[in-house]
Amino acid sequence: MTETVFFYCFAALAVAGAILTVTMRNAVHCAISLIASLGGVAGLYLMLHAEFLFAVQIVLYIGGIMVLFLFVIMLVNLEAAARERQFHRSWVGGLLCAGGTGAMLAWFWLRGAGTLRLPPAVQPTPREGGNVESLAMVLFRDYLVPFELASLLLLVAIVGGVMMAKKRI
Amino acid sequence: MSQYYTATDHFVLLPAILLALFGCATLLFDFLIFPEAKQRRWLLVFLVLGEAFAGVAFWRQQSFLLEHGGNLTAFRGALVIDHYALFFHWLFLAATLITGLISYRYLEVRDEHHGEYYGLLMLAQTGMYFLASGTELVTLFVGLETMAITFYILVGFLRADRRSNEAALKYLILGSLSSGFLVYGFSVLYGISGSTRLSEIAAAVAARDAWDPVLVLAVGTAGAGLMFKIAAAPFHMWAPDAYEGAPTMITGYLATASKAASFALLLRLFVGPLGPARESWEPLLAAVAVLSMTIGNLAAVTQTNTKRLLAYSSISHAGYILLGLVAGSPTGIKGVLVYLLVYTFMTLGAFLVLTSLARQGMAGDDINDLRGLMKRAPGHALWMLVFMVSLAGIPPTAGFLGKFYIFWGLIETGHYTLAVIGAVYAVVAIYYYFRIVKAVFVEPEEAEAGPLTVSLGTRVGLAVTGALTLLVGVYPEPVLRLAQMSISR
Repeated sequence: MTETVFFYCFAALAVAGAILTVTMRNAVHCAISLIASLGGVAGLYLMLHAEFLFAVQIVLYIGGIMVLFLFVIMLVNLEAAARERQFHRSWVGGLLCAGGTGAMLAWFWLRGAGTLRLPPAVQPTPREGGNVESLAMVLFRDYLVPFELASLLLLVAIVGGVMMAKKRI
Repeated sequence: MSQYYTATDHFVLLPAILLALFGCATLLFDFLIFPEAKQRRWLLVFLVLGEAFAGVAFWRQQSFLLEHGGNLTAFRGALVIDHYALFFHWLFLAATLITGLISYRYLEVRDEHHGEYYGLLMLAQTGMYFLASGTELVTLFVGLETMAITFYILVGFLRADRRSNEAALKYLILGSLSSGFLVYGFSVLYGISGSTRLSEIAAAVAARDAWDPVLVLAVGTAGAGLMFKIAAAPFHMWAPDAYEGAPTMITGYLATASKAASFALLLRLFVGPLGPARESWEPLLAAVAVLSMTIGNLAAVTQTNTKRLLAYSSISHAGYILLGLVAGSPTGIKGVLVYLLVYTFMTLGAFLVLTSLARQGMAGDDINDLRGLMKRAPGHALWMLVFMVSLAGIPPTAGFLGKFYIFWGLIETGHYTLAVIGAVYAVVAIYYYFRIVKAVFVEPEEAEAGPLTVSLGTRVGLAVTGALTLLVGVYPEPVLRLAQMSISR
């Protein structure tokens, strides 16, 4: 019972934060709403007994990445942008996308879970010292190649960013 | 070596490790050991060295497969080395090497010669390695993104050129959108199978009806993302702008290696796991192919910029290659591989000639810049004739061979209408390819243009691409045998 209550609290926080992120006019407010949304997701991780992911979410996303976001927002002059009319009002496209997604959700709601063959549901089992070990097994055994390749991808992106931004290389 | 990283894993991954290491080392050496502008040629030597090492690793894999038969799977089914993958690896290696060799003078002339260029080329090839060898969705996706991000940078490499900036931005935005589609399709595939490995997805797809809505959703979105990467209509709108703005040899690299890599993934996905659902995707692919040929060929007719013209021609070529997949018979699939091989060499060759036209302060990509090339550089002019004849698909050049197998596959499987449409558009294509030939041979030379300065790399590149385009046309046996070996599992 308490779990359900907590789940709905965290889920509501995540969704409300996400909606506020895209609807607020001031970029700083957007960033702060995003923090709330990420915090909600972190709570969901905790409820799944993914303590390591929870910590990473807090430290990396809320702690590191969001601070960088805020720095960038402070550095770039956004006052002019905030005063302008921001929203491109193309209702037809938006409605089509929303309708399509809605229809898909309705379809899965009606047909039930049988449409998707998901891996058998695993009951989250709290373990001594958290589930860091199983996470390591997934990252460094099952998905070792993409995990290592991702570091190469990030390197390329950094090189590109420096190349494009720097006047003299 | 341990349970998590076996000797087989190492043997399979070695070429990618070498390429990545040489790529990263180039980035480092650029400012640590060779900081002077003159020393950049050593980085080019480094690229050749890296490719040679990777080539030896591929060669060892190939001889292992020939000796023992079968495939080598590694990392619990995340990577595979089979003749199909090796076919593409050799193609990428050749394309990267040729692109690297012809870049030196162009980058000097355009005043954007930076050592990062050579490192990025090798890192792009590393991404392609995972596209051809990956058999697991996450690996495939990360490999694709590594390649794509490298290409966004390379397309925008002429930082002072507005067209290059615009091209990079358009390619980045539309490319990210298409990646979104692709990864959505992948996520649905994971949803229906509960695994990211292609072998398990194949079992899950086979258990479903071909018109199962969830399956159609997966095929549709993943297909749309891939069509984007191969620049097939109606997902082609980025191609003309990106091709026009990019440095010329990168346009060639984008049109050949990137397209071939995306086709490697497309073929592995659609012939493999999605094969049982052929009923639902065949009409879709046929429509995309016909639309690509229509838009590509008709829009190319009116172009005055050579790079844009070749961009539309590459869209139409994507349509032809897709027809081989629509046919789906062994002949058709063999046709796809043969077509990709000859397309790579003739397109690279054509862009190579265009690259050498660049002069101080201008790109040399207008069709008028080709005027009087016969007088200025007869060798280039004759090779250009070979490439254009081959692109138009006229025997005895290699381009004919590719079209021949595609059409044969179509007729064999009873797709007569598609074969006729393809043949009609092949005739349209002759018109615009010969506009280039006319500019080269017939139209008078511009006053100020002197004789062409040609670097050693350009000579080597021209000799390789030109000789292959001619040789494969008159003596196709080895290529056919290679393609046959690649599709027989």
